[in-house]
Amino acid sequence: MEITAEVLVDLHHRMVRIRRFEEAAGALFENSEMPGFIHLYVGEEAVAAGVCATLRNDDQVGSTHRGHGHLVAKGGDLSRMMAELMGKATGYNHGKGGSMHICDLDLNMLGANGIVGGGIPIAVGAAFANKYRKSDTVAVVFFGDGATNIGAFHEAINMASALQLPAVFVCENNEYGEFTPRRDTMGVDDVVDRAAGYGIPGVVVDGMDVVAVFEAAAQAVARARGGQGPSFIEAKTYRFYNHHGVQTLGVKYRSDEEVARWRERDPIVLLEERLLALDVMTAEDIEAVHRQVQADVDAAVAFGKESPYPEPSALLEDVYTVGGVR
Amino acid sequence: MTATEASVRELTYGAAFTETLRQIMAEDHDVFVAGEDVGAAGGVFGSFTGLQREFGEMRVVDTPISEQAIVGLGTGAAVSGLRPVVDLMFMDFVLVAMDQIVNQAAKLKYMFGGNTSLPMTITTNAGAGLSAAAQHSQSLEALLCHIPGLKVVMPSNAHDVKGLLTASIRDDNPVVFVKHKRLLGQKSYCPEDLFEVPLGSASITRPGNDVTLVTYGRMVSESLKAASVLASEGIDVEVIDLRTLQPLDTETIVASVQRTNHCVVAHEAVRFGGLGAEIAAHIQEQAFDYLDAPVGRVGAPFSPVPFTPALESEYVPDAAGIADDVRAAVLRLG
Repeated sequence: MEITAEVLVDLHHRMVRIRRFEEAAGALFENSEMPGFIHLYVGEEAVAAGVCATLRNDDQVGSTHRGHGHLVAKGGDLSRMMAELMGKATGYNHGKGGSMHICDLDLNMLGANGIVGGGIPIAVGAAFANKYRKSDTVAVVFFGDGATNIGAFHEAINMASALQLPAVFVCENNEYGEFTPRRDTMGVDDVVDRAAGYGIPGVVVDGMDVVAVFEAAAQAVARARGGQGPSFIEAKTYRFYNHHGVQTLGVKYRSDEEVARWRERDPIVLLEERLLALDVMTAEDIEAVHRQVQADVDAAVAFGKESPYPEPSALLEDVYTVGGVR
Repeated sequence: MTATEASVRELTYGAAFTETLRQIMAEDHDVFVAGEDVGAAGGVFGSFTGLQREFGEMRVVDTPISEQAIVGLGTGAAVSGLRPVVDLMFMDFVLVAMDQIVNQAAKLKYMFGGNTSLPMTITTNAGAGLSAAAQHSQSLEALLCHIPGLKVVMPSNAHDVKGLLTASIRDDNPVVFVKHKRLLGQKSYCPEDLFEVPLGSASITRPGNDVTLVTYGRMVSESLKAASVLASEGIDVEVIDLRTLQPLDTETIVASVQRTNHCVVAHEAVRFGGLGAEIAAHIQEQAFDYLDAPVGRVGAPFSPVPFTPALESEYVPDAAGIADDVRAAVLRLG
């Protein structure tokens, strides 16, 4: 896949959609208008956008507890997402999943996942189904650096390698597993070092550079699509907010200086500088994208607020499949 | 079952499993099998013998020893529209895959607001009696029955293996299909053509008037032995084989207890917190006024399964122990 002007504009649009959606969701959470937990994707937009821009609709995506960005990047409907985060009946999961389980099976986004690493074996199962059907569909799975310390990751990546499945493993290395620095929890310098142990090719990319992510993903996806088996991408990135919620500065486990240093490499700003330098977009064009996306997000928030909660009768619905899928 | 039918066709419990799988795989290309040693080796208990040769390596997949990834493989494939049968060699190994079974497979449909279905069958082998010690002998069905979203099946004979396995694989929900290791070689009547025993329907294996003996799995044959002995003592026992444990056929149990006014539940699993406790609770909720005695419970003692045959034979409930509990329930004065 070539990095055309059209691709750059598309990447920018996907990233801005994620950023604006997440900022709005964070504000609602701060204002107690959103129940539960919220793990914001702000800062990591280049990873979801860069990878998902290389995918077709039928390609599957496995996600994490920090999963809003993956669904937005896969083309998720902002209104149904916002409604789900608010626990409304009109949400993607009819209010039964919330932030940590948001999914769109029509987009083949197989769900955020509340268990660290829990989505990896499932995505590998989707990759198996692709090979079983002799289709050229690819399953991509996102996970954090922390998830590579859990057994499910190792079992699943080994399985994908042993069965040569069309899977792409994308590690979003944001340097913290919740509140603990990555370097305190693993003995390898780069997470990608682990891929070699499974006989899988891996690359490290600058996760703040959406073009670098896109190029690496395009290569890995093409490899999987061509029947050459799984690959591993480690995208070095950073979450601008806390593990959970919207606090940025003044946390115990990382310094304000470190946060400021990473924020200087805001992936959206980096891309916009590039768009301007290449004359792909003007400052006005960029501003118009932000304005339009903000209007979409505002409409999504309004939709969520106006939507009804599920009826109490929904409580026992869909525990089991009875006579087909709804 | 009539005597004529029984003389027509008998299969072992294990062979009924293999035959059923072969027939279903032949009729439905979406069905595949994955697990440890299921391919060339045909499974540690021979349950998958010949299937890989017949259907190929893509449909009968030898996996790494990775129980979480095996169940995840099934879950992801099921969400993608296939109908996987994944095998966890021993029921004890279900525990290794508990996150994928309980947090993922069982809940996906509900968490996703109904927008998917999960037609996956997890097959496994439970039960003591082979001196396999504490990590290869457990009956852990109560753990699984506690999880909304799962169905749990434990057949007692070849006929029900066939009917329940067919229904399990065709069901659009995750079903844990539990064989008992000591039943694998037991021969009994089994029709050749595929048929379904509906999930959630118990069968009255032996009708009787004096006491209801609710049981399942290998304890069905022990219960029938106990019933024969008790018949000679003038106690007419009705034996109910649950067949499916989740959903539980409480209707059949309660209707029987309302007739017999006595009930004993017998299972091989540890008595404390076992299915017997749940069944006793249902009976006191729905048939309290019909009871002439407390509901009796037979189960294994509260210890891990011991290795040595000298202790294991003490551990596993048997016909004599079941008969004792039935007598205690029926002959209770007052």
